[in-house]
Amino acid sequence: MSSIEERVKKIVVEQLGVEEDQVTPDASFVDDLGADSLDTVELVMALEEEFDCEIPDEEAENIQTLGQAVAYIEEHCEK
Amino acid sequence: MFAGKVALVTGASRGIGKAIALELAAKGATVVGTATSEAGAEAISLYFKDAGLEGYGKVLDVTQPEQIDELVSWVNAEVGVPTILVNNAGITRDNLLMRMKDEEWEAIIQTNLTSVYRMSKAVLRGMMKAREGRIISIASVVGLMGNAGQTNYAAAKAGIMGFSKSLAREVGPRGITVNVVAPGFIDTDMTRALGEDQRAALTSQIPLQRLGEPEDIAKAVAFLASEDAAYITGQTLSVNGGMVMC
Repeated sequence: MSSIEERVKKIVVEQLGVEEDQVTPDASFVDDLGADSLDTVELVMALEEEFDCEIPDEEAENIQTLGQAVAYIEEHCEK
Repeated sequence: MFAGKVALVTGASRGIGKAIALELAAKGATVVGTATSEAGAEAISLYFKDAGLEGYGKVLDVTQPEQIDELVSWVNAEVGVPTILVNNAGITRDNLLMRMKDEEWEAIIQTNLTSVYRMSKAVLRGMMKAREGRIISIASVVGLMGNAGQTNYAAAKAGIMGFSKSLAREVGPRGITVNVVAPGFIDTDMTRALGEDQRAALTSQIPLQRLGEPEDIAKAVAFLASEDAAYITGQTLSVNGGMVMC
């Protein structure tokens, strides 16, 4: 079983079509990885499915980097 | 044409919705048609069976969000992810504005416009993942030209057009198209409610000199749902015998 970070990174790579080494913990999905608003919505949808957990819109707005996504999932999604 | 595709058609028990459901099914789609009553849903299942086509009739009140969620979950799990949505369900509550009641206004906005928002949202996740989708909503010539006694209906139908243009811009990058078909006066129960003189007066305004048939609308919808219409989005296709040209 891979770590949460690996699983999130894999989704980011797939959704945004970027290289794995570009997805550093602090790289911004929008500013550094070229995501548009639709990409970020899809990314959150994909995370919800992977970790089987609901991410409310207010929270989703604060998930803008790999590090933030991992932190959110560790706190709210993984039992 | 639509082999392997799942289509969802609201308000499919009779009239235009029935013609659309049968047309899509005849062209290979697996169609789920909805009606507000059990009897309506059974009628849908039966006409698919009689025609030897694959399709299901289900009960759905498009004004009830939880029913929409339930239906879409069922379709996703049991039939397949719908990549064609036809928002057809609609009602009329005609009255002059001076006499219109809030209930008449609300009923039309909820059933004819809010339902389009809710249904589209409910199927969009599946379409985004599939990277394909066709959302086609049935509006009306009345949404383009207005009609005395139908301020509520015209507002809802024109609202569908604005909604569809905006959504078309949002989801275009994912290969999903969003279009509107605006029927003129079609020979259905809705227009049979008009008197003979009214029908005659209407017909005289139509260059093609007849009311439309439900199948005239169904063919237009099938075209917009097809691969042939891949480069058409955010448009309103009028099918009205030339009654209004714009």
